[in-house]
Amino acid sequence: MAYQPLKFYQTGTFTVGNRLLPPDVRSVQSTQRRTNSLNSGHRACQGCGEALGARFAMDAAMEASERQLIAANATGCLEVFSTPYPETSWQIPWIHSVFGNTAAVATGIAAAMKVKGRSEVRVVAQGGDGGTTDIGFGCLSGMFERNDDVLFICYDNEAYMNTGVQRSSATPATARTATTMAVGEAPGNVFGQGKNLPVIAMAHEIPYVATATVAELHDLEAKVKNAMRIRGARYIHILVPCPLGWGHASQDTIRIARLAKETGLFPVFEAAHGEVTSVSRIRRRQPVEAYLRPQKRFAHLFGEPPKLEVIARMQALADRNIRRYGLLEPESI
Amino acid sequence: MRKPFAITLDPGSSLANHTGSWRTLRPVYVDRLPPCNHACPAGENIQGWLFRAESGEYEAAWRALSEDNPLPAVMGRVCYHPCESACNRAQLDAAVGINSVERFLGDEALRRGWKFAPPAAASGKRVLVVGAGPSGLSAAYHLARMGHAVSIHEAGPVAGGMMRFGIPKYRLPRDVLEAEVRRIVDLGVELKLNAKVDHILKTMRAGAFDAAFLAVGAHIGKRTSIPAGASARILDAVSVLRSMEGEEKPLLGRRVVVYGGGNTAIDMARTAKRLGATDAIIVYRRTREKMPAHDFEVEEALQEGVMIKWLSTIKQAGEGALVVEKMRLDETGFPQPTGELETLEADSLVLALGQDVDLSLLENVPGLEVDGGVVKVGPNMMTGHAGIFAGGDMVPSERTVTVAVGHGKKAARHIDAWLRGTAYEKPPAHALAKFEKLNTWYYSDAPKTLLPVLDAVRRQSTFDEVQGGLDESSAQFEARRCLSCGNCFECDNCYGMCPDNAVIKRGPGQRFEFNYDYCKGCGVCAAECPCGAIEMVPEEI
Repeated sequence: MAYQPLKFYQTGTFTVGNRLLPPDVRSVQSTQRRTNSLNSGHRACQGCGEALGARFAMDAAMEASERQLIAANATGCLEVFSTPYPETSWQIPWIHSVFGNTAAVATGIAAAMKVKGRSEVRVVAQGGDGGTTDIGFGCLSGMFERNDDVLFICYDNEAYMNTGVQRSSATPATARTATTMAVGEAPGNVFGQGKNLPVIAMAHEIPYVATATVAELHDLEAKVKNAMRIRGARYIHILVPCPLGWGHASQDTIRIARLAKETGLFPVFEAAHGEVTSVSRIRRRQPVEAYLRPQKRFAHLFGEPPKLEVIARMQALADRNIRRYGLLEPESI
Repeated sequence: MRKPFAITLDPGSSLANHTGSWRTLRPVYVDRLPPCNHACPAGENIQGWLFRAESGEYEAAWRALSEDNPLPAVMGRVCYHPCESACNRAQLDAAVGINSVERFLGDEALRRGWKFAPPAAASGKRVLVVGAGPSGLSAAYHLARMGHAVSIHEAGPVAGGMMRFGIPKYRLPRDVLEAEVRRIVDLGVELKLNAKVDHILKTMRAGAFDAAFLAVGAHIGKRTSIPAGASARILDAVSVLRSMEGEEKPLLGRRVVVYGGGNTAIDMARTAKRLGATDAIIVYRRTREKMPAHDFEVEEALQEGVMIKWLSTIKQAGEGALVVEKMRLDETGFPQPTGELETLEADSLVLALGQDVDLSLLENVPGLEVDGGVVKVGPNMMTGHAGIFAGGDMVPSERTVTVAVGHGKKAARHIDAWLRGTAYEKPPAHALAKFEKLNTWYYSDAPKTLLPVLDAVRRQSTFDEVQGGLDESSAQFEARRCLSCGNCFECDNCYGMCPDNAVIKRGPGQRFEFNYDYCKGCGVCAAECPCGAIEMVPEEI
């Protein structure tokens, strides 16, 4: 079921579209029929990775469910920029929930649909890393544990962005946030804390867990579609760079997401019932510095003198991911 | 108006929020000039025709190609492809095999019998073209398509010029050349053979021509004064290569020495080898790096057993032997004699020292100027005599088939304008699409396809074509290696990656446009455009 990149000249499936590919392998985003679930006029920052990730995922889910879809949304950036009363950017049936209970709201919708005999209507819950890994974690774990028929999608921008970039349990080590300032002996976020939610989701042994980034559209869409083919609790974790909170240029959103994967810092994989079933391999391996340096939240690593031992610890995290998930092509090892 | 509890406003869409006002940089679609197009002496839109070939639209590709060059099958064999030297893909893996795709399209057109679109409405003007070489044929083709009545007067018994009498068969099979010439004649171009023009003005008057394009080429082999015994056999390469087209093959003997370092010298030595010479030796006064011949031809010649004596000049020619002097390069790279002599056995010596133009038809033409044995022309290819234009080897330029074809096109445009009483204005060129403008992440890794090459034994004894062509699937593979530098190829990256849905997809072949009402100017589209066809320009605020 794993998505296989097509090495079809000239750009294969690396680009969003490709006029040389047969229509059935083209991405939803390349078509004129896509739902544009999240419409223009939303108030996300320039180059927002989350706005992009949400449209990618919801358009794919709409296509996969033949537009029979209801989305529950956690409070967070995604709500703040898409639905300031009375305007909305959503062009799908969409329900607001509070920060912590999105998974429970989605479970309720799924139960209601079951009662009404509307099994064709599918339910998606979505939120940021705060609403997923911190505040909404209890409800989410319950939804997993009960194997409720909901696809939960987390758009991970690694901090609470709309309230001013505070640390979440998804914030990476050494990253500067408003609550992990770049001061003192060990500036930025500490090593060794935080939650790896895809792995926690796998520990629930739910039918489907996957990670993706906004830099690999075909992979992301394939994972949403795979998830929509399955009933029960499913979880997709999408890395969405945040130009404001991460401190990178707005045009670099895709590039940064690509580097997160190419360095090995963000492993992209798919798992079923608690076991990894496929990984998206690194195409052009890069040292972690290539990913860290363009982001101001890591700027304190590259002062005079640079903190080489901290960078080396980050590299060790990437190397561990590469080892753990087998992220390199077999012939390049 | 009834509203639910605590609700005071009607639901609205975020479309009311024109986020375009946030923008400080505006994305703009641009077309940049691909380096291949920029380097092509014939002015082909290479990226444009490769684009068609990528999707298998070979006829459309051939039509786009022949807009600029009516001889693709010839060009796909004899062009030295400066396009490939300029190709941005060379910085990724290897340049796109443009020349071999061109050959495939040219051969496909011949195989399928594709014809040029008939000329536009007749202009009523008559143009004389002197010489049926690449330049004359190209000019005739373009002029005919512009609606002018064209008559080519060719001194020789067949059309083709140096493509026929200079380039050996093993590089350009004659049936290919003849078929492409015939297709031009089929446009309604009159071709008069064995019709040497003795005086241009008389011929123009007699035929009531409104303008003339001179393209007589450079056919006279240059001589140099080598002290020679009466029995020494000294020939010139142009004459020998020309006689290859006749019934009587030239008699060169078993040991043939060729003097010179250009492509003609290489052609001559390889021809001698095929005629049965046991030794074909090129004597050249400088080094391989300084040799004007193209390196791949030198390489092919060496593979076929041609020998080259570098840093040597011929001092004296006698019966059965030559005296050769060793040279050395001085600080300026110029060869200087060393006084060191040696003897080289040779049954014949063939001179390949360059060619001169036969200018006899231009005597007593008012205003026409000759400088250094070639005709002076202005930027519009017109000589000093109004209405007489010239191009190809007889004007100052690099002497290749491709340059000649380019001259023909350029001259045709100016002749057309001149006949209409206007001046041809060249449209402004786009900025060059440099490698740095590309986002090469998106291109698949794909090594170059190598052309099949005839094995060495057959190359030494026959005039069979040395390089084979690509089959359809390899030609398409090769076309798809094109990066489409600087020109949108509709990969949908901008459309798919805009966080604000501010790119409108217009449909196949129609490209995209920006919706500036909502574009926030983040620049993701420009950063992720593989081919560099989006530019961010400052917004006036």
